[in-house]
Parts: sequence; structure tokens; C-alpha cells
Amino acid sequence: MNRAIVRVEHLEKRFGPVRALMDLSFMVDEGEIFGIIGPDGAGKTTLLRILAGVIRPDAGSLRLFDRDLLRELERVRPLLGYMPQNFSLYGDLTVRENLLFFSTMYGASDPAWMERLLHFARLERFLDRRAVQLSGGMQKKLALIGAMIHRPRLLLLDEPTTGVDPVSRRELWDLLSEFHLQGVTILVTTPYLDEAERCTRVALMHRGRMLAIDAPDRLRASLGHPVIEIIAQPIMGVHAALRDHPGVLEAVILGDRIRLVVREGSLSPEDVEEAARGIPGAIVQEARWAAPRLEEVFAHLMHQETADG
Amino acid sequence: MDEAVIRAEGLTRRFGTFTAVDHVSFEVRRGEIFGFLGPNGAGKTTTIRMLLGLLEPTEGRAWVLGHDATRETARIRPRIGYVSQRFSLYPDLSVEETLRFYGAAYGLSFPRLADRIPALLELLGLTGQERRLVRHLAGGWRQRVALAVALLHEPEIVFLDEPTAGMDPLARREIWSLLYRLAEQGITVFVTTHYMDEAEQCSRLALIHNGRLILQGAPTELKAMADMGRVLEIAATPLDRALALLRGWSIFPYVTLHGARIHVYLRAPEVSLEEIRRRLETAGLESISVEPVAPSLEDIFLWVIERERFDPAG
Repeated sequence: MNRAIVRVEHLEKRFGPVRALMDLSFMVDEGEIFGIIGPDGAGKTTLLRILAGVIRPDAGSLRLFDRDLLRELERVRPLLGYMPQNFSLYGDLTVRENLLFFSTMYGASDPAWMERLLHFARLERFLDRRAVQLSGGMQKKLALIGAMIHRPRLLLLDEPTTGVDPVSRRELWDLLSEFHLQGVTILVTTPYLDEAERCTRVALMHRGRMLAIDAPDRLRASLGHPVIEIIAQPIMGVHAALRDHPGVLEAVILGDRIRLVVREGSLSPEDVEEAARGIPGAIVQEARWAAPRLEEVFAHLMHQETADG
Repeated sequence: MDEAVIRAEGLTRRFGTFTAVDHVSFEVRRGEIFGFLGPNGAGKTTTIRMLLGLLEPTEGRAWVLGHDATRETARIRPRIGYVSQRFSLYPDLSVEETLRFYGAAYGLSFPRLADRIPALLELLGLTGQERRLVRHLAGGWRQRVALAVALLHEPEIVFLDEPTAGMDPLARREIWSLLYRLAEQGITVFVTTHYMDEAEQCSRLALIHNGRLILQGAPTELKAMADMGRVLEIAATPLDRALALLRGWSIFPYVTLHGARIHVYLRAPEVSLEEIRRRLETAGLESISVEPVAPSLEDIFLWVIERERFDPAG
């Protein structure tokens, strides 16, 4: 279960003056759902294209299934399923024809497996519909099972859920869970922090670097500072007053509440409540300890990075 | 404070046989941050275009600041601002030149601009950046300049189409804190997004799905929706057997793998967590834990979208 099937060391990639990937090192164990989360321009797509063997890195070593990807691409490739971010289907072909095409391309013909994939993806009823006429979510599901047609051991998925509706997003994740339970290792990129919970481990990526790699609950715990949440009005006034309070590292408004990252041992919810009550005209509903959000961890790491360098 | 500055009633737009926006009704009150949430292609931009009077509805009507959005565009325009998804600035102009250029284009007088530009730079945290060329600005900063342009003529409502798309968490956070600042000044903010986690940031929000408005309300109101039932987080070994077992259990309309745990929706209030734990134990599973978790807004959206499927009778 714990064999590392992806080993990346000191990976570098430049596009002209842009360092798209900077000294990237990480490992993925067999059976993981490894999420790479980051904004546009973080390097997610470049990384996946390198892992899929589509482009070559400038430096670094890259071992998949204990083989050097750059030297033995032909031997590794059949073990990989790759779903690029852009439309990878033939719009004029039907669902069935697209899958048959992928089968032929990979030299894999297993009608029973194709039936199962169609069933998992709930696409059986749309066999004869042309790909262009599918909804965005259905297109993504079709592309995903297309990447699975030759039973790869490692799935590389580039933003499969970006911009899709909540129902399709959930169906895509259910599909991934299905493959995960069958032992397929999954490496998936996403811009959505809330998808971290679906992964066994997560890398937070920003400007060509991985800021942190860990299980989602451990990442949250890694913030290292307690968080206090206060619900009070007027929210802007209370925010402005608490932001400058000694002990408060960060104060961010989240809808009807203010989230305060505080220095360990400096402030309790009671202290915060008292401070807020001291603001003229403020009405405090409640102040309490809160669990760190992944977004706070990400922001904190970005701050640190800026401060360091 | 409760005055409706935008009202849509049965707003519908068809393109050929495709219904992009399907009988959408909602109200936006003065000074609130109204979030319009939905995936790409859900109908968000089409709705904005109708509210701005750029596109005529096939059916239904909308009022903006008390005027008919389609017929009285000229009376509405001077009082609203709009930042489109692909709003492009001139890369070779500096921040200040950009504001002066658009200010002149909007017909603002020089004295008014001389007041307005420093105020906007201050409001949007752009002070000190006046001389930087737009092309040297990162995405988040460009978005601020675009917002400054949309605010030049002191609009009462500002429409922002996906202002945070593709941005990193810090930049997104900064855009949102700007939106709060605008709201504090009494400006109504109508903002679209496809990040479900931004739902929490809005004073009120509407979820649009396949052109239809599924749900609207304040985040806390939506979370308090009684018929959601409970969301449970279940851990057990081996996980795949637990998943199969829970899927075969009719009290759970929805069962999904969540990392190394399982999430289920539980609608039957009479079933205790202890009972679920016992049944898993009897089935020979180990390391069992069953814990309630707070439903996310996304759980609630999914619940409402698929209510018919979960619960055909209700």
C-alpha cells in the first residue's frame, strides 16, 4: 500500500523568463488521492503535462513506477491515464464512438469494462449523443472514463471540476472514489480549496512551488496559531478595531463573522468579546474558538513566503 | 436599508431552443453584497446582461433602481458600474492615466476627477501605484483598477462578473475585503462566482443551476434549513466494505467517500448514531466512528437540487 509510485526530485521548468516549476520534490504513494491545489499560474498544468510525458522538464529526476519517465516513457505510458484540462474529446463523435476511439488508441478492447465505466459515469443513456451536445459536466465525465479505458494504475487529472455545476462536481468525485477503491492512484489538480477534504494528501501550490504537502486535517492543524471567530455588528467597525489589537495576527471578515488568527496564549474568546464590547455602538453576538480553515493556512504560508524572500 | 434596488420577476432568456435563464426572480437590497453563484454556463452572465439592459429578456422583467432594465436603460446607466469578466484595460497606460482616460470618457469634469481619483486610489488600496503601468500589475491589482474604473462615476450599484476567478487565496481575500468596504459605503454589490466557498462571504446569495434559481437567502438562513437532515462523517475499516454497506442502507439518500472517511446524509431523525455504529460493528467492521458534521452550503445546494431524486414524495 505504501509504495511510492511517483517520485519527483528537484524538478525545474522554464518558459522563457518564467520559472514555471521551481525545485519541486514530492512523492505519491500507491493508492493515494493526491490533490494539487492552487490558483491559475501556480504551475499545476505544467507539472501534470510533465508527469504525463507530454513535455520535458529542464532539470530534475522523475520516476514513475520505479522507472525513469524520461528514458522509459513507452514502458510507463500504458500505466498512465491523463485527462488534460482542455476538451479532449471528439465533438462530432458520439459517446460510444469516443470511447471506442480511446480503446483503439490504447490497444485496449474490453467491452465489459467499457460498460462498467459507462455505468459508473451514468452515461449509458447517452451512448448515441454527440460529445458536443453533452452538458459540461457530462463531457468531463466522458473524458475521465476515456482516460480510464485502458485500466491505468495512475490517473493524472488536470482540473476536472473547474467550472462544473455542483451536481457534476460531486458525481466526478464519486467516480474518482470508485477508481480509488479499485486501487487506482489519483493525482488531481484543482483551484478549489474545499476539494482538499476529498483527498488523502494535498499539496498547496503557488508560483511554481509547493508551499506545503500533508493530509488535509494535519495541514489545518499546521497553522500553529489559534483562531477565534466573533459575530458582531457593525462588522466593519469591529473588524477595524480588532485588527490592530495586540495579539491579533490577522483579522478577516467572512460573511457575518470576523475570523481572528491570534498569537498563542495572547487572547481568549472572552478577551475578544470584551474588546469588541468596548467599541462604541458594537453589538456582540458571540465569540468562540474555531478550527482553522485551509484557506487561512494557505494565506499564512503565502505571507511567510513573501516575508522570507 | 430594506429597499430593493434590483428586482427580477420571471426573468427568462432563450437562445434558439436553449433556455439560458429560466424564470428567475429575486430581489437585491440596498447596501448588501448579493452573491450570484453557479457553474460556468449556468446563466450568470446572461442575467447580468439583462439587468444592464444589454440583452432583452424573452420573458419576464427586471427593475434596477426602480426603472425598467430594458426600456429605461439610459436612466439606469449613469447610476451603475460594471466590471465584466474579460474587462481589458490598456496595458500601456499607468493606473492614474487609466482613471483619467475613463473619467473623461464618462464625461466627468476635471474638478470632479481631481477629487474622485485620489479617493478611489485610497479606497481600493492603490495609493502609491498611480504611476505603474497596467501591464506590470498582477491579476489582483488589475482587478482593482478595473473596479476603480467602474466606480469613477459614483454608482449606487456595482456589478462584478467573476472578479476572483483563477486568483490565489490572498488576492481573493483582498477583493472580498474591498467588496465589504464598498458595501460599508452604501454601494450595493452584485457579484457572481463559481467558487462555492465564497457563498459564505455574501450577505445574501442566490444559487443558479441550469438557468434556474434553486435557492436564495442569507448563508445562516440557508444553513438553518430544517429539512436538510443531518450530515454524518463515518470512519470504518475496511473502507470499501463500509461504503458498500452504507450504500445499501435506505435511510441514507446519499453516501460518498470523503478522503479517508465517508459522508452520508441522514434524514431519519429517529435513527441514533449509536445504532449506526452498532450495525457497522455487527457487520464485522473495525475502528468505527460516527460523528455529525455541520452541512456546508454546498451540501445544502445539492440537497435542494436533488431533492426530487432523494425524496420523490416530498
